[in-house]
Amino acid sequence: MNLLDVLIQHSPPLIVAVPLLGAFLTPLVGRINEKVRNIFALVMISITGFFIALLASDVFTNGPRVYVFGAQNLTLPVVRVLFEVDSLSIFMAIVTFILAFVALVYSWSFMKENDGLDKYYTLVLLVVASTLGMELTGDIFNFFVFLEISCISSCALIAFWVHKGESLEAAFKYIVISSIGALFVLFAVGIFYAQYNALNIATLANVIQFTFLDKVALVLLVVVLGMKAGLVPMHMWLPDSYGEAPPSVTIVIIGATQASLYGVFRMCFTLYSGAFQNITISESTIGLIIIMLALLTILIGVLMALIQTDFRRLIGFVAVAEIGYIFLTIGVGLVTLHDPDMIEVGKTAMQGGIFHIINDCLDVGLLFLVAGAIYYATRETSLNEMSGLARNMRCTTIFFLIGLLAVSGIPPMNGFASKLLIYQSTYQLNPIISIIAILASIMLLAIFVKVFYSAFLGPKISKFENVKEVSKSMLIGMGVVSCIIIIFGLFPNIVIHYLVEPAVNALLNNAQYISVVLGGV
Amino acid sequence: MIYNIPFIAVVVMIFIGLYAVVFRRNLIKMVIGITIIECGVNLFLITLGYREGGVAPIYTSLPKGTRYPSEMVLPVPQALTLTSIVIGVAVLALMLSLVMHIYKHYGTLDVRKIRRLKE
Repeated sequence: MNLLDVLIQHSPPLIVAVPLLGAFLTPLVGRINEKVRNIFALVMISITGFFIALLASDVFTNGPRVYVFGAQNLTLPVVRVLFEVDSLSIFMAIVTFILAFVALVYSWSFMKENDGLDKYYTLVLLVVASTLGMELTGDIFNFFVFLEISCISSCALIAFWVHKGESLEAAFKYIVISSIGALFVLFAVGIFYAQYNALNIATLANVIQFTFLDKVALVLLVVVLGMKAGLVPMHMWLPDSYGEAPPSVTIVIIGATQASLYGVFRMCFTLYSGAFQNITISESTIGLIIIMLALLTILIGVLMALIQTDFRRLIGFVAVAEIGYIFLTIGVGLVTLHDPDMIEVGKTAMQGGIFHIINDCLDVGLLFLVAGAIYYATRETSLNEMSGLARNMRCTTIFFLIGLLAVSGIPPMNGFASKLLIYQSTYQLNPIISIIAILASIMLLAIFVKVFYSAFLGPKISKFENVKEVSKSMLIGMGVVSCIIIIFGLFPNIVIHYLVEPAVNALLNNAQYISVVLGGV
Repeated sequence: MIYNIPFIAVVVMIFIGLYAVVFRRNLIKMVIGITIIECGVNLFLITLGYREGGVAPIYTSLPKGTRYPSEMVLPVPQALTLTSIVIGVAVLALMLSLVMHIYKHYGTLDVRKIRRLKE
């Protein structure tokens, strides 16, 4: 067994352990020098990225990989904690890595003038570690633990600017919502343990009976994880916390939110897959309810974004609308996947949804980075006060235009590629759904054209005469995201073939997920 | 019936906690509500862990005449509860520190007077 094999074999725990170790070493390293500390955080994230790449290359060729903690092999009954990594998990890990890397590069100069930065870097690395843990774990209680870690550390990050009352308020709202949510996840875990004496997702998926208690647990899980992802009517915390967190970390918190979405995918399509097997379209209540809520999410997100005057809150509501698109595909998938005639529609929808996860992170993240750059240069967040910024901030304007086109699904940006898949599949289920989805996209374009006009165009204001372009590290951060957006937009077929399709197949191939764990016993 | 009393207590505690979080206007009372929900969930886990006639899985102090491992209880729910208690303490500390900062900033704990983020 050579070194590479050993590294690949141990990479699932290392992917979580490296940022965790980095988080607690950062205050120590910070004693030396600020520059060394920033480099140290970047190096830790890069090492994590290296392990993710190693594991991805293995998982995409050899199928899911299991890592058992505290034992060489599994024994029955499966009570050990284990990590199970399939293509969907590794896809989400790649998304998280990109976001974290960009956030750290961007923070370099954005947060320069703040103090307490040792804690800032610790918290960012903790959020990253817990998000990766949620995505890689194969144990439902472990999922709860990482969910709680991510909620504690994101809450502390949202309240990082303690001197502002609004950020405290947003943080309190966030922690109330997420701690209650996490407790209900724990309740659902208790329900599973009471019935099946197991906590392992694969084992549970194998034996699940869909009794009344299972239905209760399903509702709890979908509601709570939907709440953590920002599904209407539990979306009110999302624009607050996105809008009040320091803009450099909003992008990391978006990653944590997407991990909850991953949880919804995992619960609906892996854990409960066997239970949904014999349900036809008209009987799939939960799928139809999710479709309804997703349409509401899209509409409310867009309508609320129309009336906002604060730049970052506006993007927060756009983020709510984008989450709606992904939930739409979950609903369509649940309704159609078990019907032999419609299975192709369901597959297209899932491809669109999973592709849209990465596109949503990048597009909304880029817009938040642009809003942060404007705040950094002008100390202004209200759209009514901004004007003529394009004169002094050329690069930022270009990045904003890229983000604008991507988020509203205009070719050749990546948003178009995934939204087209969503429209196509929803149209075959019911044309009205896709009409609403397209309409919302057009309204998104209108909203951002308004923002573009009022912030970047318009007359010169004397107040902004000395505004300068932001410094290099922020431009690099935004540039990286823009490049990925354009590349994904120009070659969507390659991305779908190498990243999205394996993830969808892993999600739908439930038997393989179960057999990797239970077959080895 | 007597075995169902803990489960009834769990449901009652969760609803009391939810009531406090949703309808109380004082931030400290909301925090207390969350703690009550947490206690309810912990009680649920502990209740699930009870097996009639089982013994604790400690090899050195087994009662005479026990057949192991068939009479030993798998201590998973206890482990879960301990983890959940530790996490709960962390969340509680963070929430109270936030409440403290909010009080310093606004001089009140009434949610109606604190709300700035509307719409």
